[in-house]
Amino acid sequence: MQEKKEFREKNIKNKEKRTGLRLRGWIQALFFAFSNGYLAGYLNAKIYRGQLKQICVPGLNCYSCPGALASCPIGALQSLLDSKKFHFSCYIFGFFLVVGGILGRAVCGFLCPFGWIQDLCYRIPIWIPKRVPDTLRWKLERMNKRKHLPGHKVLIWLKYVILAVFVILLPMTVMTEFGAGVPWFCKLICPSGTLFGGIPLVLLDEALAANAGGYFLWKVTLLALLLSTSVFVYRPFCKYLCPLGAVYSGFYKISLFRLKLDESLCIHCGKCSKTCLMGVDPEHGKNRQECIACGDCQKSCPTKAISFWPKGKDTFSS
Amino acid sequence: MKHSIIRRTLIVCGIGLMVLGIYRGEAAMIWQKAVYVCLECIGIG
Repeated sequence: MQEKKEFREKNIKNKEKRTGLRLRGWIQALFFAFSNGYLAGYLNAKIYRGQLKQICVPGLNCYSCPGALASCPIGALQSLLDSKKFHFSCYIFGFFLVVGGILGRAVCGFLCPFGWIQDLCYRIPIWIPKRVPDTLRWKLERMNKRKHLPGHKVLIWLKYVILAVFVILLPMTVMTEFGAGVPWFCKLICPSGTLFGGIPLVLLDEALAANAGGYFLWKVTLLALLLSTSVFVYRPFCKYLCPLGAVYSGFYKISLFRLKLDESLCIHCGKCSKTCLMGVDPEHGKNRQECIACGDCQKSCPTKAISFWPKGKDTFSS
Repeated sequence: MKHSIIRRTLIVCGIGLMVLGIYRGEAAMIWQKAVYVCLECIGIG
């Protein structure tokens, strides 16, 4: 009887968790469709040229994607900094203050197309055939679905270095021989541009395909590496490389939608930190800058001490 | 309360900076760049 009761309770909890995941997944899918809704671009291999491109979307969404209706804030920032006209972008920094102040890294959890792709990759089950020898099986099982890469504590600082070097310093200082600036993050790293812009355009446009060379190969390799890693490790790009995540993480203490803990309700069971795939420890307030507001900790909390809504009680001491 | 004041101040400053940026022609410049395929962004340039 007791076993039956436990089984039923577990099933209800799993169902609640699945529903939460589905809701977030739907929001991510809808926002992806909304920000990449220019279907004619995919049909004609042309990008959208309307006035909406003066506006930025909150997530990493390449403006050279055939479906993109608005601009990417990181791409826009680089294009302004590498021009000789502006050395400081009021528009983009203002945009970061507004979006970061309201949503913080909830943008990563709900509104970033590349974050959604990584979420989908992580949901791919890893199947190990029965014929695999035990020694290899053991190794494969150890690889199976982990939260972080080895060296996580150091690697999370890499995104701040990428923000400072590839998004700000290099575009401002290093020019081509003709005096034109280069968006270095887009050129060398951005997997979102490769996935949503580069690959579709190269497939649709013969002239672009003919010019795809070493840089394209490098970016496709990096994209393949990141997506394959995403099957085993949760959101490696967001955790270690994304400059936009680095910007929004600065708002973790003040943003309207942020992790809030009511310490009077907390029973210190540690379920929240075990559940969190981003490595946040809500109970002790550690790594809060990594929180993407996915809500997994909130669902796992038996006393409902965690909330993300603006009116939630926040008694973090830090 | 303190966080709320800081947040509101930053959001107001952010809106002000965005308006200033639009006035300086930054949004128009973003549009000028975004309406052409950025070859560097897609890994070709």
